[in-house]
Amino acid sequence: MIVVVDYDTGNTRNLKKALDYLGIANQLSSDSATILAADGLILPGVGAFQKAMAALAERGLVNVLQTAAQSGKPMLGICLGMQLLVETGYEFGVTRGLDLLPGEVVPIPTDNGLKVPHMGWNTNQVLQSNPVADVFAGEATYFVHSFYVQTAAKNIIAQTDYGVKIPSIIQQDNVMGMQFHPEKSGQVGLAGLARFNKELVLA
Amino acid sequence: MLAKRIVPCLDVDHGRVKKGINFVDLTDVGDPAEIAAAYEQQGADELVFLDITATNEARGAMVDTIEKVAAQVFMPLTVGGGIKNVADMQALLKAGADKISLNSAAVSQPGLIKAGAEKFGSQCIVVAIDVRWDTATQEYRVYVNGGRKVTDLEAISWAKKVVALGAGELLVTSMDRDGTKSGYDLALYHALTAAVNVPIIASGGCGKLADFNEVFAETDVDAALAASVFHYGELTIPQVKQSLRQQGVTVR
Repeated sequence: MIVVVDYDTGNTRNLKKALDYLGIANQLSSDSATILAADGLILPGVGAFQKAMAALAERGLVNVLQTAAQSGKPMLGICLGMQLLVETGYEFGVTRGLDLLPGEVVPIPTDNGLKVPHMGWNTNQVLQSNPVADVFAGEATYFVHSFYVQTAAKNIIAQTDYGVKIPSIIQQDNVMGMQFHPEKSGQVGLAGLARFNKELVLA
Repeated sequence: MLAKRIVPCLDVDHGRVKKGINFVDLTDVGDPAEIAAAYEQQGADELVFLDITATNEARGAMVDTIEKVAAQVFMPLTVGGGIKNVADMQALLKAGADKISLNSAAVSQPGLIKAGAEKFGSQCIVVAIDVRWDTATQEYRVYVNGGRKVTDLEAISWAKKVVALGAGELLVTSMDRDGTKSGYDLALYHALTAAVNVPIIASGGCGKLADFNEVFAETDVDAALAASVFHYGELTIPQVKQSLRQQGVTVR
């Protein structure tokens, strides 16, 4: 059973719809016990870093997610959910993240004429092959974001080119993040979610 | 590189797609979910649903429609038409829409753009602008109520204003070109892309492959919207993308 962490963020129900469509057992929950009992977690997120961390804290979920990750439970952060996995965010002030991966979340630079948000379909270049990332090699997925993660090279599994190189998949052990929206990336996105379930959650 | 997007637009009335859709064998030519799935299969990058329902009582039908589409089609969905408040936006986003498009309501209550952007993020808020060239003043003029009512707004300054209020994308239709199949209004998109730094969807006037090539070669727009050329099967999305690829335009 995958639990999609429900903390009143935008894309929670679309993720559930994608998992339902794939026939993957899942539920939305913000309950600590349910989250800790899950076989795998998905942390969605749309919006701003600071508000999202506050919403997790309000529900008492910061420690719960840290405990779950440290216990080795497979966890997938999506879009803002991926950004929350790292140490620090710089959107509307400095905010502490979940600190499951090294790194920080910084604005996409606009000085070279780039439009922000980075919105649309962009191609993934896989830097470190693994069964989940390989689904996305050379494939375009749907991105919508104004900030991006900077982290150690060893944690960057795939990247996309938007004038700056943007990590599109990051991973450290059981904790994985996707900057794009697999639930909005058509067949390739669905295939990636199915592969996460098969290779990390059910494995 | 970010791909240029090809965006079909569907008019929805009481939960049914209007206008002929004959590009593919459908069992139900009016079913939004079935049509959306067919467009996804063709390689559409995003879909715009425009609610043309005349009565407020039937608005709930759009929420149900989006709910059904989003359970079967996993691509970005933009919904516009008759959205008047944050509660309308929330209901549609919750049903599975990714972006809300505001048009007349943005003009009558610009604060709605800001309220939506603050609550849901700028990436959720598209402002649709219907524009006609005013030969008397030599300006682009903004129209509302489905193009039936002229305003005193000049389109380029209005575009700047809505971006300042939090719009994350603009869907700009040239009424002069709409339905003419004479190509997109390049001058309009030149002026817009120079004025604002958010993605722009060009709309109105496309009738042939060269029109898509031209708008992406000549202007800095991010997406091209089309309705009838796709609905009536005059062009297919794979044809458009192949043609763009040959011109060196990045597409998915």
